[in-house]
Amino acid sequence: MKSSRELNWLPDLINKVERKSVREAYGNTLVSVGSDKSVVVLDADLSTSTHTSMFQKKYPDRFFNAGISENNMMGVASGLSWTGKKVFVSSFAIFATGRAYDFVRQSVCYADSDVRIVATHAGLTVGEDGATHQMLEDIGLMSGLPRMRVLVPADAMETEQIVRYVYENRGPFYVRLSREKTPVVHDSETFKFGRAETIVDGDDITIIATGILVSAAKIAASFLKSRGITARVLNMATIKPIDKESIIKAAKETGKILTAEEHSIYNGLGSRVSEVVAESYPVRVDRLGTNDIFGESGKSWELMDKYGLNPMGIVNKVDEMLKVTE
Amino acid sequence: MQDSVQSADLEGIAKEVRKSIIKMTFEAKSGHPGGSLSATEILTYLYFKELNIDPSNPNWPERDRFVLSKGHATPALYSVLALRGFFNPDLLHGFRRINSLLQGHAVNHVPGVDITAGSLGQGLSNAIGLALAARIDKLSYRVFAMIGDGESDEGSIWEAALSASHLKLSNLIVFLDRNMIQLDGFTEEILSLGDLEDKFRAFGWSAITINGHSFEEIRKALEWAKSAQGPKMIVARTIKGKGVKFMENNPEYHGKPAPSEEKMLEALKDIEGM
Repeated sequence: MKSSRELNWLPDLINKVERKSVREAYGNTLVSVGSDKSVVVLDADLSTSTHTSMFQKKYPDRFFNAGISENNMMGVASGLSWTGKKVFVSSFAIFATGRAYDFVRQSVCYADSDVRIVATHAGLTVGEDGATHQMLEDIGLMSGLPRMRVLVPADAMETEQIVRYVYENRGPFYVRLSREKTPVVHDSETFKFGRAETIVDGDDITIIATGILVSAAKIAASFLKSRGITARVLNMATIKPIDKESIIKAAKETGKILTAEEHSIYNGLGSRVSEVVAESYPVRVDRLGTNDIFGESGKSWELMDKYGLNPMGIVNKVDEMLKVTE
Repeated sequence: MQDSVQSADLEGIAKEVRKSIIKMTFEAKSGHPGGSLSATEILTYLYFKELNIDPSNPNWPERDRFVLSKGHATPALYSVLALRGFFNPDLLHGFRRINSLLQGHAVNHVPGVDITAGSLGQGLSNAIGLALAARIDKLSYRVFAMIGDGESDEGSIWEAALSASHLKLSNLIVFLDRNMIQLDGFTEEILSLGDLEDKFRAFGWSAITINGHSFEEIRKALEWAKSAQGPKMIVARTIKGKGVKFMENNPEYHGKPAPSEEKMLEALKDIEGM
């Protein structure tokens, strides 16, 4: 049996899991879909960070660097889309959704533009840059917008699938990626738009996770199993539209739900799940996420440990939830 | 393109547009007559003389585009589009009413409206996207846009100004409706804009200033635009509320229709006598 100390990312766990860059997966997939001449990519002076630079190298005539002007970039993206272009827009999550919010609302969503916003550097794992760059409210901002679909891949393979999905379908989409190499969850392509994926089945409780915390939930479930608790783990890669059916099924079959996300507990995955459960089949829902705080500087995984966004944090929550009802 | 329209006809059309602006805002008891009346000649000239468009095929890919970035001037835009045959003028009665096609600010599902606009400072960026697409697709269409002077308070206008000049978008021609008034009062009292022709030139645009109520000056400016380098800014000096005495240069009528039937009739009479 693992000791609970081994359920923190540091000092060892993070080095034991295989990790791959979701940003590279994005760049590679962009290059691949870029053979379609209708694909145009915009970035705001962060192309080497978001990896849209990979597209730029291959298709320089269909790449535009807007400079550090995210509002104008979103507006230009909208204009391009109305000539039949399939537009990808990238920046850090903080700027793509926060700085440019009104442009995303009016020029992208209200105008119903065929635009895909693929933002990187979401959440605490931005690391050393600290709170100004650690976006923890973007799922809420984007989910509140009519027409917007919100996707958070769990790992590199799912990123490739999701980027292809948003290429093949009409926007608007918001895709949320991390800066950090994220632990590998998948060994085969499983993504289905709007559907939760069962990573581990179980009856005692359901852990619904998204993004970087799906791997944490998987590790936590395996630890819990060694203690005789079977936890169901759902990967909720589509936050909007959310898979109500799987949530209600989990509520009925396991009686308790814990959500886990690298995002504020307000207006993110936890809020969406709570809404569905409250409306359809009320059971206890606890939310693991950041609790009404800004981030801070530090190493990515140090921060995740500090704020409990690790397998240990999930196990502690599960213990608390199961104890209360016993 | 309707090259056959004579300037005398344009004067007549502009009068019809103005009357329509007054009537539709009065009927809706809502809307923005001031900045619509200031934009009337420019929109009339563009849609009846300049734009390469086909009202029976509004989504024709090679058409010239027009973006009304100051999206509250819909009474002018909708009236011009209706008169130009894009949709039935009866629809103007539904302006700003529930379940109607004609929203307060322009939406691109209205035939002839290329770009949804309303939140100020966005349309110019949208226009850049349209102009850039022409370059990618090697098409020769032009993109026209109209921004407001009050709208130029928005920082995004200047992001877009940098961007259009950086991209050397010579197919982008923008009118700036310099009517000197915004919602709260006079532009130079609220946030000094100064010499906008100079400012845009400093941002790398070709720029001139004209009288925005003179069809002849609009014609000459568009002629100038054919040979000027890069993106073109035509600062059009206009009068807010032009043609209606009690609305002219009066900030009160930025976003308020004629307050009574009597005043509405007075406005129509003023326009008739222009």
